[in-house]
Amino acid sequence: MTDLPTDLTRASAADLAGALASGTISSVEVTQAHLDRIAAVDGQVHSYLHVDGAGALAQARAVDERRRAGETLGALAGVPIAVKDVMTTKGLPTTCGSKILEGWIPPYDATVVSKLREAGLPILGKTNMDEFAMGSSTEHSAYGPSHNPWDLDRIPGGSGGGSSSVLASFQAPLATGTDTGGSIRQPAAVTATVGTKPTYGGVSRYGLVALASSLDQAGPCGRTVLDTALLHAVMGGHDPMDSTSIDAPVPPVVEAARAASVKGMRIGVVKELGGEGYQPGVRARFDESVALLEELGAQVVEVSCPNFEYALATYYLILPSEASSNLAKFDAMRYGMRVLPEGVDAPSAEQVMAATRDAGFGPEVKRRIILGTYALSSGYYDAYYGSAQKVRALIAQDFDEAYAQVDVLVSPTAPTTAFKLGDKLEDPMAMYLNDIATIPANLAGVPGMSIPSGLADEDGLPAGIQILAPAMKDERLYSVGAALEAALVDRWGGPILDRAPELGAAAAKGA
Amino acid sequence: MTTVATDAVMDYDEAMTKFDPVMGLEVHVELHTATKMFCGCPTEFGAEPNSQVCPVCLGLPGALPVVNEKAVESAIRIGLALNCEIAEWCRFARKNYFYPDMPKNFQTSQYDEPIAFEGHLDVELEDGSVYRVEIERAHMEEDTGKSLHIGGATGRIHGADHSLVDYNRAGIPLIEIVTKPMVGAGERAPEVAKAYVSALRDLLRALDVSDVKMEQGSMRCDANVSLRPRVGEPLDEAQLAVPLGTRTETKNVNSLRSVERAVRYEISRHAAILDGGGSILQETRHWHEDTGITTSGRVKSDAEDYRYFPEPDLVPVAPTRETVETLRGTLPEPPGLRRKRLQSDWGYSDLEMRDVVNAGAVELIEETVAAGASAGAAKKWWLGEPSRRANAEGQDIVTYAAGLGLTPAHVAELDGMVAAGRLNDSMARQVLDGVLAGEGTPTAVADARGLELVQDDGALEAAVDKVIEANPDVAAKIRDGKVAAAGALIGQVMKEMKGQADAGKARELILAKLQ
Ligand SMILES: [Zn+2]
Repeated sequence: MTDLPTDLTRASAADLAGALASGTISSVEVTQAHLDRIAAVDGQVHSYLHVDGAGALAQARAVDERRRAGETLGALAGVPIAVKDVMTTKGLPTTCGSKILEGWIPPYDATVVSKLREAGLPILGKTNMDEFAMGSSTEHSAYGPSHNPWDLDRIPGGSGGGSSSVLASFQAPLATGTDTGGSIRQPAAVTATVGTKPTYGGVSRYGLVALASSLDQAGPCGRTVLDTALLHAVMGGHDPMDSTSIDAPVPPVVEAARAASVKGMRIGVVKELGGEGYQPGVRARFDESVALLEELGAQVVEVSCPNFEYALATYYLILPSEASSNLAKFDAMRYGMRVLPEGVDAPSAEQVMAATRDAGFGPEVKRRIILGTYALSSGYYDAYYGSAQKVRALIAQDFDEAYAQVDVLVSPTAPTTAFKLGDKLEDPMAMYLNDIATIPANLAGVPGMSIPSGLADEDGLPAGIQILAPAMKDERLYSVGAALEAALVDRWGGPILDRAPELGAAAAKGA
Repeated sequence: MTTVATDAVMDYDEAMTKFDPVMGLEVHVELHTATKMFCGCPTEFGAEPNSQVCPVCLGLPGALPVVNEKAVESAIRIGLALNCEIAEWCRFARKNYFYPDMPKNFQTSQYDEPIAFEGHLDVELEDGSVYRVEIERAHMEEDTGKSLHIGGATGRIHGADHSLVDYNRAGIPLIEIVTKPMVGAGERAPEVAKAYVSALRDLLRALDVSDVKMEQGSMRCDANVSLRPRVGEPLDEAQLAVPLGTRTETKNVNSLRSVERAVRYEISRHAAILDGGGSILQETRHWHEDTGITTSGRVKSDAEDYRYFPEPDLVPVAPTRETVETLRGTLPEPPGLRRKRLQSDWGYSDLEMRDVVNAGAVELIEETVAAGASAGAAKKWWLGEPSRRANAEGQDIVTYAAGLGLTPAHVAELDGMVAAGRLNDSMARQVLDGVLAGEGTPTAVADARGLELVQDDGALEAAVDKVIEANPDVAAKIRDGKVAAAGALIGQVMKEMKGQADAGKARELILAKLQ
């Protein structure tokens, strides 16, 4: 049994689970420690949109009681978790970072949330995100951005910057995310945490407020590869409520994370992801990681995926098209915000819809709704949405051909380390380029993971390496990720996140 | 008060001398599956508003659809019964538009990949001739909710001060059956339209896939009508080559009779406009059952763009050929063939069978015969008073009889009482009146009203003797061989017996005594 740190919030989920199972600590203690930490630091980081202290403690007490009664519990029972605000939670606000859903309390749980509850993970609260998951920085949250614990003036990534910053500031040992174009992986990269986008269909989408249905995938976020695997096993699996859910067992991710081996594996470095536009320090840490993998016994080759060049353009046709339709339901008729148009005596339903959508949606959401509406219009459909679907098939074909040669692919997760809040807010194209390396996996439905690769020399900020595997071979991410993680811990003399600056208690009081 | 300007119409016969009508019918059928198209909510009609809803059919954020396999099976069976091809692979599509009764602001439907396509339905007209309706497609979709507009004079959204929405209907499986342009019907176009919808209703009822109750909206018809100049007989090549005119789509056509009337009205209205040198506005028209006219609805323009795209939340529907063949094996006998078989079983003439079909009484007679009545008697009773009254009420006989509680078993019971000699014909009519008045079963009515042929021969003989004695002249005539004169005595005997005697027996007795 590993000794737990005195500060329980510094412990890994795996270690907490072990101590909970052996009865050394209670879930109430662990949950309370995290609630205290949230109270101390979230004023600076702003990771949470809603904290449910009473609910989390009630769930913790219930798990503790079940354990005392001798019930067999799941591997993570009693370990608290933060849930991205895009997942519906019965009785808890769910806003998706949007004003239009302010005050909405869902009457049902997302399947992922039900699974967390059944597995006995107390839900600490809901984490911040770019509005409807549209963004790479959380700056598009209607409730203000989250901050990167490495440098509070910088972005924690997006859209899942609430979840990444929660982990990096030790406000929860685990968090959930959703990844439509990189919203789990890019935030993990810029905060030195771990995040996996499972195979499309590997985790139920039921209860995830949809951004782009054919791209959205929920996944686990943690500080270690093993923690992430343990959560992946809880979240994953077939759901009859989601027609696109894969009817197959969850891949053996936990076993793979524990095995942590790359011996004899063929690893492909994607030629098209890592050249121009990638920060030197990010590139250097990536090259070192690849060298480490080779030292660990993997065979490394360069692989070309020529159609990845068109991934960003393809993505920004498919995503807005689907989003424009998915977001049509926010019309003030049944739930959420309702705004009456000014100066209109007896407004019609249409006028109320228009006024509400105008007031309730932020500029990035409107931008994408307009793009998507245009791309689907008759006369433009073939040129835009239709062509994008064809290129999407070519990108999937690139993956197929690559996986005929290698077992996994690797690239830097994001081209740069965390940029300053406000830097790219006025330049959507610069913001979109953050996801250039992560988008291909969403278009093809294959799984991907980001783990920390080290700190960039030029700014001392975290960089991430992305591992990609064929569909339904999610376990390979964990074999490679865990092996590399161990090698990097050796190289850096401990987890990279340990080098993050301590958040000042004084500053917390001032915030 | 709102006043509706009445459109000019041209006399129908005159219109037919100048124009050739073309129709296209779109029929929406609600399937009577136990659950909705994409969720597990029940589909019962008439429940408390918004009591049959869940996150999926309310379109709550995060909810996802799952296809009802039973609905897909029904769609395939309908397609097969309409002689359609069944898609090997097809997808749902989103039809995007904003409307408060549509929870997601898109309707999950099918667009360019319908489950069934390229079929036909042969429709028998009243004179026995057959018109083939070409079917373009049958596709699956979900129904919308229902808006109720409060405070306006018309119940329409215009003028209402607020609206209520009931989402119980949202998500109920619908099959939309679309015909190709129906050409060549000429002046019989309205009759063909009615016959098609009627045949389709019979077919769907036989398939047991829908309640097909037009008055409850489980079967709804939109009638597209256009006119083109008349250049020859309806089926002449030259006539068929004339390009189609601009069409209007008439909605809210909720009875068979309305289908015929609405088509006829639109033909006359188009004709008046075109004949006056005007042009038809491509628009939606609303049919008004009470006044028998249509009024302008929404103007359709090219700007109306539903931005269809494949529904990413659902996987494609790909029925295997084995599944399709298995479903083909479950198809009932086609209504046309079935009618021919029944006609021969029952020994009806063509004319008699047509009367039965036109009265909508085929199933009633079939069930009555099954309950023990003779085919002749079943026809006689159903096509008599019940049919006459249903007609007067403007209802179909099945609905009418069901509303009054008159069943095939009752009719068979009545026929049995006649056959057994308990009732004569006029007494049987009185009993039927009683049943129609809700007085109970035939036996109960006969008992309550004291209707029973007197079986006591002594009483009958006494009455006969009394009448002979009172009418010596007539009696003398009969003795002289003028048997026809017996009728006058029979009438009096029946009067003596207060109608409760067997007239045949009375006649026998009279003749026996006087010959
Ligand atoms: Zn439902």
